[in-house]
Amino acid sequence: MAYSAAAETHEHHEPQSFVTRYIWSQDHKVIAIQYSLTAISVGLVALVLSGIMRIQLGFPDSGVVDAATYYQFMTMHGMIMVVYLLTALFLGGFGNYLIPLMLGARDMVFPYVNMLSYWFYLLSVIVLLASFFVPGGPTGAGWTLYPPQAITPGTPGADWGIITMLVSLAIFIVAATMGGLNYVTTVLQCRCPGMTLMRMPLSIWGIFIASIMALLAFPALFVAAVMLIMDNTLGTSFFMPAVIAMGQQLDHEGGSPLLFQHLFWFFGHPEVYIVALPAFGLVSDLISTHARKNIFGYHMMVWAIVAIGVLSFFVWAHHMYVSGMNLSFGYFFAISTLVIAVPTAIKVYNWILTLWRGDIHLTVPMLFAVGFIITFVVGGLTGLFLGNVVVDIPLADTYFVVAHFHMVMGVAPILVVFGAIYHWFPKLTGRMMNERLGQLHFWITFLGTYAIYFPMHYLGVLGMPRRYYAYEDYAFIPQSAHDLNTFITVVALAVAISQVLFLVNLVWSAFHGKPSGDNPWNAASLEWQTPDTPPKHGNWGASVPVVHRWPYDYNVPGAPRDFIPQTDPRPETGEPHGGPGPQEGKA
Amino acid sequence: MILAIVLALIVIGSVAFHFVTPWTVSALASNWSSMDAMLQVSFAITGVVFVAVSLFMVVALIRFRHRPGHRARFEPDNRRLEWWLLGATTAGIVGLLAPGLIVYADFVRAPPDAMQVEVVGDQWRYGYRFPGADGQFGAANVRHVRGDNPLGLDPDDPAGQDDIVIRGGDLRLPVDQPVEVLLRSNDVIHGFFVPQFRAKMDMVPGMVTRFWFTPTRTGRFEVLCTQHCGVGHFNMRGAVVVKGQEDFDAWLADQRTFGEQLAMLEDPEIDAQVIRGRNLAEQHGCVACHSVDGSRQIGPTWLNLYDSEVTLADGSTVVADADYIRRSITDPGAELTQGFPPVMPAFDLDDADLGALVSYIRSLAEAPEDRSEPEEMPHEAQAPGDGEEPARGNTD
Repeated sequence: MAYSAAAETHEHHEPQSFVTRYIWSQDHKVIAIQYSLTAISVGLVALVLSGIMRIQLGFPDSGVVDAATYYQFMTMHGMIMVVYLLTALFLGGFGNYLIPLMLGARDMVFPYVNMLSYWFYLLSVIVLLASFFVPGGPTGAGWTLYPPQAITPGTPGADWGIITMLVSLAIFIVAATMGGLNYVTTVLQCRCPGMTLMRMPLSIWGIFIASIMALLAFPALFVAAVMLIMDNTLGTSFFMPAVIAMGQQLDHEGGSPLLFQHLFWFFGHPEVYIVALPAFGLVSDLISTHARKNIFGYHMMVWAIVAIGVLSFFVWAHHMYVSGMNLSFGYFFAISTLVIAVPTAIKVYNWILTLWRGDIHLTVPMLFAVGFIITFVVGGLTGLFLGNVVVDIPLADTYFVVAHFHMVMGVAPILVVFGAIYHWFPKLTGRMMNERLGQLHFWITFLGTYAIYFPMHYLGVLGMPRRYYAYEDYAFIPQSAHDLNTFITVVALAVAISQVLFLVNLVWSAFHGKPSGDNPWNAASLEWQTPDTPPKHGNWGASVPVVHRWPYDYNVPGAPRDFIPQTDPRPETGEPHGGPGPQEGKA
Repeated sequence: MILAIVLALIVIGSVAFHFVTPWTVSALASNWSSMDAMLQVSFAITGVVFVAVSLFMVVALIRFRHRPGHRARFEPDNRRLEWWLLGATTAGIVGLLAPGLIVYADFVRAPPDAMQVEVVGDQWRYGYRFPGADGQFGAANVRHVRGDNPLGLDPDDPAGQDDIVIRGGDLRLPVDQPVEVLLRSNDVIHGFFVPQFRAKMDMVPGMVTRFWFTPTRTGRFEVLCTQHCGVGHFNMRGAVVVKGQEDFDAWLADQRTFGEQLAMLEDPEIDAQVIRGRNLAEQHGCVACHSVDGSRQIGPTWLNLYDSEVTLADGSTVVADADYIRRSITDPGAELTQGFPPVMPAFDLDDADLGALVSYIRSLAEAPEDRSEPEEMPHEAQAPGDGEEPARGNTD
């Protein structure tokens, strides 16, 4: 199943008007940019919210927000960052742009569905942001939206905000499903001649497996959202036992709050890897390209991605060790969670072994890749604390958790996003981003986030609980911990403001950047071999390319240059076999 | 090169920070030293991996940096090395997991001699219950919850008559006695966490959750809510006071049973207006934020509020007379008590309802002799380091 004739025969009529070209576009590249710009815009909203929250935590006397608003911002920040920024950007943005280009296809298999996917995504963002303007404001239930709290009046936004949130999520899931079906089908059916599965760049493997996971995981959230809406509006009791709210007996009876948590985390944990796997893939390609060396252990890397994808569906309840579920579950989920650390560790080893004996160019994308490795190692290792049930019990719901997940699925993937944008920007625009600004942006972001989150773990060890609006008069919290909070806030604000450097660079370089040529990084993978930069509609001119090798032929002995493009028909030279093993090559 | 140096400094700095950090586990006050030990094991094993991986990268960044003429070595894989790393990682994981699960097995089973105590959460406070002389908790259900039965005990269950309900006070426990904590919630999910005890558990409406520990030190320890439970989450406080067994027994014997509390409620002398006010306070959810026992909740307590002098947010003072209380209900933001968040919504009540509420609040005054009389606590009095402030009687 090397490729399908679909790649050859797929044909579009080039859109003519501005509207069909850039607005109602069915071109995967335009849709990718639409997805990315929308995701980055809504991400900036979430960044501002986090800054306001940090001011409250660092300077509690400032009175910048009241408790209700704090919880609303906290909820919106979390949900936007996880779902509307990272998921949308990796799959809708990078997935859309890179899948056809890296696989030698002319477009996605279902361009119209692809377009619909973006417009549904945009609708979900609009509904989400509309919750700032509904009576009572957005929900303040925390991004986990646990009932009964999410729909009872002690929580801000329990009347309207929670509805807009759940409806927005449902729309997002529709969008993600349309996108995901497209990505999976395109990967399976629309690869160009010679592009076997085991010749796909790891970026595509990460996005491919993450898309499959999204198709399996999001329905759990969809179901939970629908049932929660029904509990809230129709008076059903899926998740609602008999409870009191503000002194009133509610009419619910017999529902299970834990059922919601199981559904939520059955989505929620795979979601972590839906974000992480594309990041793993993209960063692998950045490291290989800029270290001028093949990715080390390609087969292991592919199988590690697959193994993580499968295992991630069996670890969800490690978020629930102290939820009150049957304590015996703890044994199973502790084991499954720590098992997943093995393939994850393999990936880290292979990244640093790729650097070893490389020819490391410290370009801006490479800086971000190295920053990612350090951040991810810290975040991954602290995951071992939280996965190991008995270590989790004191740490659950403390700042240790906040520090851990911001490191591992906040900062680490964002560093990859930045690195990947600096890396692929020339292909999108034909221009380089400014290197000086990029370096400055890297140093502030990397050092800043490390200074924010590394010490934060120790506040969690001390026992400081998360999701607190203020920490007044708690005897076990020393003054120094408040001082640390102030320090963290100052650094966080600096990091947040420094993102302006990135935005300025992005806009300025798009118009005034140094022309990049077709392949500024001398990369071997297919997307850099397009006849035009930026690629035109249909990507490949008269005929789709033919692939003769894997995408990691860097510094192959005997080759005239330090890379051999995938399209190079020269026989596979080099001492160890330069592509997929002989058995897989035939597959 | 700069990157490599900075990474090396990050590694050295992180390790140094770990050893000099002033923020570390609070002094242990329970039997769960094994949890602390597992935390240290985790720090040790992951710390070694962190240093090894980072320094390897530092060396790679220096030795294999780009220089004219330098080329990378083509090396697609190295199966032997990969299997070796796989094995070492697995060994490390087993080293973390195996002792962890052994400790966990201890956590899962409460010892048979553990005494049981119940903790009930609602927005945003804790209530406690001891099983009384018969050693059995009476049945309880959210549907029985009323202002005078905050934990929802079934008034008709004979097993519940001798239960001892503590509301608005501290949870008292005897030292060195294993305790199994049964947890319930009346409204949303809460958490019960004492950092010094290490163990924690969520409190989920509709079910009973449990965990156990043995207090090993006397003193007063703060209880924190660790599950987001609404706008008052950060301010949901409680306290556990651990005392000697004899002090505990004496204190427990002093408490009124549920049956005695019920009997007191039958008291015919209470004004009908006051009862109406109390019902209104429940209906409108006032008591979710205003305690009637002196404890601090989201809003000021109503105990002894009437005719007291209140300091407002702008520093001025006002006497909390009937007019002030009426104004505070209909326009709460205008004369906000100092130190409380401006979260109360305005209530549009008619004059009769306002009057009933004022009557109820006026009735919530302790007799003058109660106010000055600290609770008898000979043991605690000798140990001022425990930091327990004298609490008022807690069985209203």
